[in-house]
Amino acid sequence: MFDFLQDYDLAGAVWTTVQLAVLSAVGSLIWGTLLAAMRVGPVPLMRGFGTAYVNIVRNIPLTVIILFASLGLNQTLGVTLGGGNDFETINFRLAVLGLILYTSSFVCEALRSGINTVPVGQAEAARALGLSFGQVLRLVVLPQAFRSSVVPLANVLIALIKNTTVAAAIGVAETALLMKEMIENEAQLLLISAVIALVFVVLTLPTGLILGWVGKKVAVKR
Amino acid sequence: MSSILYDAQGPRAKRRNVIFTVVFVVVLAALLWWVFSTLDEKGQLEWALWKPFFTGTEAWSTYIWPGLQNTLKAAVLAVVIALPLGAALGIARLSDHRWVRVPAAVVVEFFRSIPVLVLMIFGLALFAEYTNVSSDDRPLYAVVTGLVLYNASVLAEIVRSGILALPKGQAEGAMAIGLRKGQVMRLILLPQAVTAMLPAIVSQLVVILKDTALGGAILTFPELLASANTMSGYYGANVIASYTVVAVIYIALNFALTSFASWLERRLRRGKKSTGAVLSADDVETADAGAVGKL
Repeated sequence: MFDFLQDYDLAGAVWTTVQLAVLSAVGSLIWGTLLAAMRVGPVPLMRGFGTAYVNIVRNIPLTVIILFASLGLNQTLGVTLGGGNDFETINFRLAVLGLILYTSSFVCEALRSGINTVPVGQAEAARALGLSFGQVLRLVVLPQAFRSSVVPLANVLIALIKNTTVAAAIGVAETALLMKEMIENEAQLLLISAVIALVFVVLTLPTGLILGWVGKKVAVKR
Repeated sequence: MSSILYDAQGPRAKRRNVIFTVVFVVVLAALLWWVFSTLDEKGQLEWALWKPFFTGTEAWSTYIWPGLQNTLKAAVLAVVIALPLGAALGIARLSDHRWVRVPAAVVVEFFRSIPVLVLMIFGLALFAEYTNVSSDDRPLYAVVTGLVLYNASVLAEIVRSGILALPKGQAEGAMAIGLRKGQVMRLILLPQAVTAMLPAIVSQLVVILKDTALGGAILTFPELLASANTMSGYYGANVIASYTVVAVIYIALNFALTSFASWLERRLRRGKKSTGAVLSADDVETADAGAVGKL
């Protein structure tokens, strides 16, 4: 019944999906934190940039961003991201870049709502000790904000795992593209779909459960 | 909130701000300059490539408007079908009967954990194999099917959390005056929950609208994004121009919806009519993961 699987590299495609998700998650956590810092910071221009960035990027379809990365960044501007002439590597990296640019706006918003949960007294006390804005954010506010935004961040991560399928639009050999290929060549539509669905359920459900539990554990009790 | 993180600025902080601003402007300007000069070098900024969008209506009437119509058609169909389905699933998940609650929960969690694109690809093949929908209509059907399955389950969660957010006294009071379970839901809980859910539902519209673009990129559904592709072929490889115009349209549409959602949220929070908490417009794309697996 599962003979057809031997002709396809399902494990490889799933591995690509996982790589896309992990790399983009790390990248967007970093860029999203920077964006959140800009949005709550004292420099008006950076605040404006952060707000504009989030509002624009959140409202563009991810598909458009990833296509832009391929058609605009790569084919017009000649950005290869160190991939040389290897199209597979280039497209993979472009997809990661697109996912990072998109997801970081959601990370930024999740963190900002986390910052909002930190009581005013925390920042006031930190300032009374003479800490600078950078120190207040780094030593007092962000550590607490991260702890209370584990659950929103987990939701962003789950959305990200599902969004990696959009990389199929620029031909990255991940799970959804493999599914399309298998369905075109094989007759067992329902079986193939069930296998692919199972892959994503296995990837996303435990992530939500584990991080939901971690979120409850680490949340600052107030 | 932002002001509590820093004091009124003294001379040193002001100087530092200026330095940060200058450095930021320089970096941003360098990036923009590089983008524009490279685009110029590749001839992507030539007026001829941008002209179709600013003079004459041909580009708008032949490519963009039909594409936009298809985008809106798919989005509206998806919402209209997904809303009642989502409401039914959400209410079923709150049922007193285990045999209703558990299957509804399984369906919701299953479709929430699968990417829309996978559902769309599945839909396309399903319609090709088991129905006689013509091959021209199949992409639309597939896109709508994918969107409905996914968004019904997300809306179900919104409905459920909207109802759970109502004060317990509402249901208790309703039961105390002798209403049946169905009446409690229909007359007391749902009307209040719906107002509280409105902002979240409007922002779900943004998600749906954005996801229609998947159909254009992968399923040959002739919507707005696909029209950019056609245009860039027709007007002599004006890839940047076509895609920029399309992106601006998406941003304008979605920004209007997002702003409407937050306006609605502010308005509802101000009003005294609703007793429950208002569901934030922001938590939608990321409707709560704590609920994942709560059967």
